[in-house]
Formats: sequence, structure tokens, C-alpha cells
Amino acid sequence: MRRTSTPPEKWRDAIVVVVLLAVLPCLNAFTPEGSFLHVSNFSINLYGKYLCYAILAISVDLLWGYTGLLSLGQALFFTLGGYMMGMYLMRMIGNLGQYHQPIPDFLVFLGWSNLPAFWRPFSSFAFAVMMAFLLPGLLATSFGYLAFRSRIRGVYFSILTQALTYAACLLFFRNSLLLGGNNGFTDFKFILGYDLRAPATQRVLYLATASALALVYLGCRWLSHSKFGLVQQAIRDSENRVLFSGYAAGNYKLFVFVVASAIAALGGILYVPQVGIINPSEMAPDKSLEAVVWVAVGGRGTLFGPILGAVGVNALKSWTTRAYPDMWLLILGVLFIFVTVFMPKGMIGLPGQLRDLKRRFRPAAPPPPEVEPAAELSKIK
Amino acid sequence: MSARRKEFVLMLEGVSKTFSGFKAISNLNFYMDEGELRVIIGPNGAGKSTMLDLITGRTRPDTGKIEYGRDTDLTRLNEYQINRLGIGRKFQTPSVYIYHTVFENVLLSLKGSRGVFPSLFHRTTEEERSRIDAVLTTVGLADRAGWKAGALSHGQKQWLEIGMLIAQEPKLLLVDEPAAGMSDEETHKTGELLLSLEGKHSIVVIEHDMTFVRQIARKVTVLHQGSILCEGTVDQVQNDERVIEVYLGRKKKQEH
Repeated sequence: MRRTSTPPEKWRDAIVVVVLLAVLPCLNAFTPEGSFLHVSNFSINLYGKYLCYAILAISVDLLWGYTGLLSLGQALFFTLGGYMMGMYLMRMIGNLGQYHQPIPDFLVFLGWSNLPAFWRPFSSFAFAVMMAFLLPGLLATSFGYLAFRSRIRGVYFSILTQALTYAACLLFFRNSLLLGGNNGFTDFKFILGYDLRAPATQRVLYLATASALALVYLGCRWLSHSKFGLVQQAIRDSENRVLFSGYAAGNYKLFVFVVASAIAALGGILYVPQVGIINPSEMAPDKSLEAVVWVAVGGRGTLFGPILGAVGVNALKSWTTRAYPDMWLLILGVLFIFVTVFMPKGMIGLPGQLRDLKRRFRPAAPPPPEVEPAAELSKIK
Repeated sequence: MSARRKEFVLMLEGVSKTFSGFKAISNLNFYMDEGELRVIIGPNGAGKSTMLDLITGRTRPDTGKIEYGRDTDLTRLNEYQINRLGIGRKFQTPSVYIYHTVFENVLLSLKGSRGVFPSLFHRTTEEERSRIDAVLTTVGLADRAGWKAGALSHGQKQWLEIGMLIAQEPKLLLVDEPAAGMSDEETHKTGELLLSLEGKHSIVVIEHDMTFVRQIARKVTVLHQGSILCEGTVDQVQNDERVIEVYLGRKKKQEH
């Protein structure tokens, strides 16, 4: 029952890890600028951002592809994690802000002269990171508990998650929440005493992100191969059978939902110091929808697909928004429709689809050896 | 009364259920002995599947008592709690996990822990493997253990689901139209399978196919408009005036 990854998959994973964790950072650090091998600081920073999105995409897929729960609010947990990290980074500005006060500029602007009590512990990095997991985790626990206890499924679950992120978005737009209103947090200077604008700091953040992604990938692979993973996928395929086999499906879904929220939060924690800004528009519903598109494009129900999709679609976005700034949303929409209709298994499933096509157009060739159906289906999966 | 009650593995008394004005079950009384194989027949809409829904906690009765074994009230429990008491249910359309292997399908059904945290660190033991092998041998799918369940034929999926029920080691098995969509040969095999389970479990079978009913039935209960029309052997039931009127009679007219 333990489906370990096939040899080609192992090679693929190993190559990706070496490229992301060794080749790219080394090319950035040890090659001279202007060399054709050089990876610029800008690129490293950009790739770091993509990998944060890849972590978010895995969290979407853990729910959608593996459990059949289409969450349209996963960016909420990502952004909440980011906000907690942002609060720490705001404290690290010290009095180097525009107003040269010991409190964040937007608080000065709102007429505060002392730090509000709930801001104080965020001077501690450890506290901020703890809160970055705790807050999304608690929100996911309480929302998930209510939703799954009431047996909210399918499109109703999707709509509720969307409403949740929209409600949070509206809340965070308010200045009275004392989290920077619609401007959010920006103008960060230091993290753990290191200058955020220094290439070396950015490189370390990039490395941390790539390592985090690798760990999330391995953790999710372990999970999907455990008996828990079997139950999780059984819920996706036949929830009634699971219930009538004595499993409290709701508890399993709650567990996955909370784990996915923590993974999304991890992405957000790493995203903010690299991108240098966090504001409520990151939890607007369209951000979560975009993450769903990444997963669909890459291939849901696989762990490599979401990474491929997140990096691929965002690279396309970066290029399009420079080359044809007005076309992006149109391209994204067409891409989603195209993938849904013609590539139901995403980029990951493309080689298999092409093989099938080739087979169909070469009737003269000898029939392929009788494949055991199990092998056939596992490829699809 | 209470002395008699203990003999029954399952008891429904005065059970009624109305769906938006439609009386699916009305004042139903049903008693079943331990180890019995009972066949329930009845025309479409007679309330057969609703009855199973009520027993398994999928829906709750408006009125009436549903008791299992010694005074366990089923009307307050939900599906997985009822299953854990030892009541297994097979659905009308085969519901197996199509992306899991046949082996994994049975593994998930094996009697044992159902908790989230034990499942994270569960390792399949040799004992579990041999239990799974035994179940697959019983339902004739031992050579298909490594196949994805989605690749099985319709009949094989039905058997796999029955195997998944056996793996749960339930006291009471509820089987909803196991022969639906099967060839004659498969139907016969299914009948033998169910007969081989007789005595080890108490079994309720809902069925339309009268050849199949004749093959397996000891005692037949005829359901009509949500309550019991009559009970008895196949011959008794087939010769009952009321049954001929509402069910068999109609069928005979079609045949002529």
C-alpha cells in the first residue's frame, strides 16, 4: 500500500532540489554581474516570491486535489501569516520611519503616541512567528469545526470560504483595526538585525523559502502515503462510504483544513520580507481564485503539479504584465478555461495525454503491451 | 415484552418518516433474529432504501423506536457511530474508492481504529495482510488485490463492497440490491456469497430480482407504501392475495 515515488519522479525531485537550493543561489552569489551565468538579485527575489506562491498552491491542492474540498479562501491564511510577520518587521523599523517616532508611521498618522498593547509582543521574532501559525490555525479550527460539523460540502463550502476571506479583507481595510488599513505594512528595514535590502539577506530568505517548500513537499508526500492519506482521498472519492465505514469524516477534514492553513501561513511568513509589502488586497477573493488556477494548471491531486503551476503561471504573469499590461486577466481566464476543458490533469498530465494522442494517430503501429489497469491508473493519478 | 426484545438483533417499532408530505415509512414494525438472513422486497417507492437510511442514521424517523441488540437506541446516533456498533451497509450503486487499490479498499474497511491520529502513524501489519487476503479470497478477488478498484467490472465492484463490509466484521449486514446490473451468472455467485455469510452475520438483503430472491430467501418481508404487507417464505408470500395485487400481480400482467 505504501506507494513510494517511481524512479523518474525521484530524479525529477532531486534535480529540482539541487537547482533551487544550490545552483540558483550559487549563480547569484559567486558569478560576476554581467556574466551570462549570473542570476541577478532581482531574479532571486522574484523566484523567492514564486516559491512562496508554490507553498500556497500546495495548501490549496491538499484540500482540493486530495480531499475534494475546494477552498476559495486559502490566500486568507497566507495573508494572516504575512501580517503577523509584517508586524514584527514594522517593529524592526525602529525610529527610522518618516516621522522618526518609535512606533510605526501609520500609528503616528492616526494620532497614537504609544504603542497599542497588542503590538508590544511583536518586537519578538519568535512571538511573531508563533502567532503567524497560531492565528490562522485557530481561525481554521473554528471555521472548519462549524462547517464540517454542519456537513457543509461542495460548492457551499467553497462559497463560505470565499465569504470568509472577503469579510476578513473588509475588516483589514479598516484603520480602526490598527493594522495599517488599506496601505498595510511596508518600508521594512531589518530582519533579525540584518539589512533586508542586502543581497545576502535576500539570498538567505530565498534559501529559507526553497527549504521550506522542500519540507512541505516531503511532509505532504508522507501524509498522502499514510493511512490518513488513504482516508483523505477516500473522502474525496466516496464520502458516504467513508462515513458508513465508521470514520468521522468531519474530523479528518478538519485536520486537513488546519494543516493546510498552517502551510499557507508559512508561505505568507516568507513572502512578506521578500516582497516588502503586505496589505488587505492580498486577501481579496481573486487572490485565492488565482491560487486555484495555479493548481488546476499544474495538475491537482499531485504534489509536484501545484509547484509547477504556481511558478509557471506567475512567471507568465510577470512577463505579460510587462509586455502586455492590459491582457493579463484575459490570458488568465483563457488559460483556466483551456486547462479545465482540454487538460483536466494539468501540465503534469500532459505527457500522458500526448502519449494517448500519439497512440490514436498511429493505428498501424503494433498495439501497446497489455498494461495492467493499476499501472495505467496510477499514471493518471 | 422486554424479555422478548432481547432475542432480536434489530427492532423497528411504530416507525414513521415523512418527506415533504410524502409518507415514505408509515408505522413500520420490523423484527429480526440474530443470525437471520432476511430478504425485503417491494415495488419501487415502497420505502426499502429509506428503511435502511433510518437504521444507519442517514435520516432520522419522525416517530418510533429503532433498537439494535440489547436496548441500543439507533435514532440518536449518526452514521459512523452506528457503523462502529457493528452495522455495515452496502449501497445500491457500488461505492468503492476507485483510485485506491482493491487491497487498500479492504484495508480502510478492516475492523480497528478509526481515529485521525492513529491513522497518521499506522503501519500495515502481517496480521492485517492475512485478514485482507482472507476477505479477498471470500469474495473472489484475491488475484485483483493490486488493481485500482476503478478498473474492476461492475459485478466485481459489488463484490469488493461486500468484501469491505465483511472486513468490518459487522454483526448486522444491510445489503441494498446487490445483484442490480449483474449478469445471471454473477447474480448466482452473489447469492452463494451471501448464503456463505449466513449464520456468521445477521443479514438484511433488499432485492427486486425474484430469481435471486428465490435462491437466497428463508424469510421474506414485503414492504408496501412504507409498512409491512406480509412476511413468510417465498411460496407463502407469492401466494398471498395482497402481494399478488400490489407487486407480483402487476409483474405477471406485464409478462403476459
